[in-house]
Amino acid sequence: MSSTPPLYRLCGVTRRYTSAQSGMRTVLNIRDLSIPHGQIMVLVGPSGAGKSTLLRLLNWLEPPDDGEIHFEGGIYGAQREPPLALRRRVTTVFQRPVLLQRSVAENVAYGLRLRGQAHADARIAQALAAVGLDTMAHQPARTLSGGEAQRVALARAMILEPTALLLDEPTANLDPYNVGVIEQTVRRLNETQGTTIVLVTHNVFQAQRLAHRVALLLDGQVVEEADAETFFHAPRDTRTSAFVRGEMVY
Amino acid sequence: MQLIFSGDAALAEIVWLSLRVSGIALFISTLAGIPAGALLALKRFRGRRFVVTLIYTGMAFPPVVIGLFVYIFLSRSGVLGGLNWWWVPSLFTPAAMIVAQTIIAFPLVAGFTMAAVMGVDPSLRVQVRALGASPWQSTWAILEEARTGVIAAVVAGFGGIISEVGAVMLVGGNIQGRTRVLTTAIVLETNKGNFSMALALGIILIGIAFVTNFFVLRLQGRTFE
Repeated sequence: MSSTPPLYRLCGVTRRYTSAQSGMRTVLNIRDLSIPHGQIMVLVGPSGAGKSTLLRLLNWLEPPDDGEIHFEGGIYGAQREPPLALRRRVTTVFQRPVLLQRSVAENVAYGLRLRGQAHADARIAQALAAVGLDTMAHQPARTLSGGEAQRVALARAMILEPTALLLDEPTANLDPYNVGVIEQTVRRLNETQGTTIVLVTHNVFQAQRLAHRVALLLDGQVVEEADAETFFHAPRDTRTSAFVRGEMVY
Repeated sequence: MQLIFSGDAALAEIVWLSLRVSGIALFISTLAGIPAGALLALKRFRGRRFVVTLIYTGMAFPPVVIGLFVYIFLSRSGVLGGLNWWWVPSLFTPAAMIVAQTIIAFPLVAGFTMAAVMGVDPSLRVQVRALGASPWQSTWAILEEARTGVIAAVVAGFGGIISEVGAVMLVGGNIQGRTRVLTTAIVLETNKGNFSMALALGIILIGIAFVTNFFVLRLQGRTFE
């Protein structure tokens, strides 16, 4: 482990949902998890393991019920949300992007507009070029294909130069070309700007291609967290071995 | 046509009063109706279903009945009229007509705004928050996305009151030079058998509706591109 403190540290973090059918259900129960600065951390696990819930907690889109989330020197929890300025250092790209009914360029500019930063044409062009959509800046966003829309979503997140970029299955249901563009962009962002990436994926191969560190979640708990080499080639937990071999029974 | 373009002062006064009464009523109902519609669409609270039922009932309520209620409330022997408070308008004044039209337009604006906001992808709110929007900014983003429907809600409110006759007749009294508006003047001229005047007023009313909708469509234009 590096000596610098991690970007995130989660201690005793739980999240529970209540529904009329199943009553109260604990969907996340993390005893201790650190996400180091400037690395690509991949969260793997079957559906319902709590991966997306964890991302929402990391972006403060919902609060934990218990526990502490240490972030950039602050400690946050159920009753304490970081200030907006700090929250804005993290952003998420979702599996199904929802774009505004505006042009591609206006969508990319949206986050900057929220921060009162106008006149960013050069940055917008740069962000669109990074995802290969520089010729589509003035096109209405609703005319884009699924893959193009996801690349716009990535561009509108990247342009904010976040400390942490959270990606929730960003390439699910995309064709190989778009998967390639997104993976390449994410890797370049991490390498050139040192952006911390937390990627949720079902795809073991994608995790192998991108991850510096990997965590396996099962039933809301972290089964194993290790550097990519150890995780894929010398896992400690038998459930990790099964998952890596694609044998895990969900 | 000659009547329309004759520059008749009485006619101009009727048109101006119509626009003034309906314009102010629409302004007030928009100011209250858009936030109310957005609140009903975005927030879950106790009694929400009841409030929505009230709004929907209001959308289908006969204006003349609203006029009757306003009349009863504002008349000297009524609940409010008897109090003699300075802010309670007297019957047979433009202010009383504005009150009636505001009550008619409010549920239309609120109800259609609610429907438009509910039509926006629910994931948008969380996605704009993830991009750093404050609660107000995320609500504004949803309203912006629903703008075609919200503008239609304002148009529905305007259409509901500019063409309304029963309520303004009751609470305004169709007094020449004071409370006579286009619709009440049309009724009067038709009753008098003065069809050419009634027709001229009708054409002006249609013209106002056309011009209003023309500009509204321009406002919505970006969405229709």
